Amino acid sequence: MDPFITVAGVAAPLPAANIDTDVIMPKKFLKGIDRSGLAQGVFHDLRFDDQGGERADFVLNQSAWRQTRFLVVGPNFGCGSSREHAVWGLSQLGIRAIIGTSFGGIFFDNCAHNGLLAISVGDQDVAALMARAADPARNHLTIDLARQAIGGADGLSVSFDIEPTRREALMQGLDAIGTTLRYREEIKAFEQAHLEANPWLR
Amino acid sequence: MAGRTLYDKLVDSHTVRRFDAAGQRVLLYIDRTVLNEYTSPQAFTALREAGRPVWRPSAALGTVDHVNPTSALRTTHVPDAGAGRQVDYFGENCREFGIELFDVLHPMQGIEHVVMPEIGLVLPGMVIAAGDSHTTTYGAFGSLGFGIGTSDIEHYLATQTLVYSRLKPMRVTVDGALSQGVVAKDIVMALIRKIGASGATGYALEFSGPAISALSVEGRMTICNMAVECGARGALIAPDERVFADLRHRPRAPKGALWDLALTRWGALHSDADARFDRDVTLDADEIAPMVSWGTSPDQAAPIGGRVPDPTDEPDPRRRRDMERALVYMGLTPGTPLAAIPIDRAFIGSCTNARIEDLRAAAAILRGRHVADGVRAMVVPGSSDVRRVAEQEGLDRIFTEAGFEWRQSGCSMCLAMNDDVLAPGERCASSTNRNFEGRQGVGGRTHLMSPAMVAAAAIHGHLIDARQA
Repeated sequence: MDPFITVAGVAAPLPAANIDTDVIMPKKFLKGIDRSGLAQGVFHDLRFDDQGGERADFVLNQSAWRQTRFLVVGPNFGCGSSREHAVWGLSQLGIRAIIGTSFGGIFFDNCAHNGLLAISVGDQDVAALMARAADPARNHLTIDLARQAIGGADGLSVSFDIEPTRREALMQGLDAIGTTLRYREEIKAFEQAHLEANPWLR
Repeated sequence: MAGRTLYDKLVDSHTVRRFDAAGQRVLLYIDRTVLNEYTSPQAFTALREAGRPVWRPSAALGTVDHVNPTSALRTTHVPDAGAGRQVDYFGENCREFGIELFDVLHPMQGIEHVVMPEIGLVLPGMVIAAGDSHTTTYGAFGSLGFGIGTSDIEHYLATQTLVYSRLKPMRVTVDGALSQGVVAKDIVMALIRKIGASGATGYALEFSGPAISALSVEGRMTICNMAVECGARGALIAPDERVFADLRHRPRAPKGALWDLALTRWGALHSDADARFDRDVTLDADEIAPMVSWGTSPDQAAPIGGRVPDPTDEPDPRRRRDMERALVYMGLTPGTPLAAIPIDRAFIGSCTNARIEDLRAAAAILRGRHVADGVRAMVVPGSSDVRRVAEQEGLDRIFTEAGFEWRQSGCSMCLAMNDDVLAPGERCASSTNRNFEGRQGVGGRTHLMSPAMVAAAAIHGHLIDARQA
């Protein structure tokens, strides 16, 4: 997993509410047994027409947003299905952070496991960032995870909260399972006591 | 010390380690999981690459459900090559890691969230995480169930734990009593409409009140299942005598002295009287009517007696744009009575509404009647066992005589990963859980409702109040 420290790049606006993981990664891209080849699937039915041609009206197909690294999104982005393919695809497309007011809970966790920073800030901050993302003259942002700040070229600065353990994992690109297995003996002891106290769970 | 909620009791009793003093972020012990063929493959591959074993293989069950065909004749053949590879790889993974598998031909195969409770693997007081968002279903038994992604499936398999952030408890009290012909699906759709598609994001719900206590265990499962559609990653109902009676005869539920011991513990699984909830929402069951969705998000729904809303009445500009977009996608005109919307397809299936009571409710509407000309109607039982029981009761004949296709079990057209798909522009009355754009097929238009409402719509060829059908 790529560590996330400071990342700069273009932000794109996706203001609609409730963009679900079916829309982010349609079902026809879910038939694999590995994580590869999912960049093409991201927002597929919004990005491409029936013939596979690009839809000119979709923001990521427009010249000012070709190199998008951040998405500024409407509320409840990533709701719906648990499919992690949505996050794998976004990462493969080059997206490093998503900023919105709220996210689907499973999607939010999936982002953290893949080095994709999902940032939750208030309505007014999202509106300010959305306005910049929508304006090709100002759509370049810098996200500094150590300082927990999003900066715009025009002097905008938005601070954000993140759980310390999540931040540490993202900044160091930690292997979550390896980290948990440091507590192997604690888990074993807990499990033994738990199954003794609740023997029908054995 | 203030009393604790049921949710907090479950999290506390499964906490291996706290990562902060308040116990907001914890290492949570998970009692069990269920795996499917489409969200698990990358987890197994990663385990293999890292040389990690599965911590407790007996605490996992695999069932093929998402990609298998549901045509009447069961074979192991999966026409789609990618899906076939997923099924094969799933079988290989379960065998290699020692996990029990209900494959396509297994007599107990079915949708994971129908199968798990059916065989008695979901018990009060458990914490269950699985690679499917509708794992919230298990809250109907007083078990904390929640969906996880593939990285967390891998984490679970390797460690029997998850790194977990505690949610805020929200209480949903449903007062009064449902009127005749109004069901659990209508309660949860009314809730989602009221609080919005992210109204419970960051919360764990606890449902209570007389209208909840009066529900069957299956009805409670429908409610907990769909709670994820308002963002809840955990939905609980304190287990009661009805739950215990339901479990008693399930094959994998504890027996004998173990059952008696379990029962003494399960009685304590409720929120304390002085427990504090971060949010309280109340619904009046008497005021709830049969619900249908009109848009592309589950909160875009209304009572069947209503009309397609007019975006110009919506003061919030963003919500107005979302409504306009939804109506364009759905091909609907503001002001149209919902009961005048014609349908092309009718689908009874999914982990939300394809258990035996759901099939009985639909069959009660269909008995001696026939679907309207031009409507293609399907029933996909939630499990192979549900299908068998329905056949013993003769429900299959009622469905087929009414012109419904009587199919094998699977997730089917709830998410259309197999060959059960809407064509572009087709409009479907559906007993499922999501009306997202493209959910049932690219360009397909989904109206969510209860199984009886789907049956009534199938007969009349348009949405209609099942109580008047």
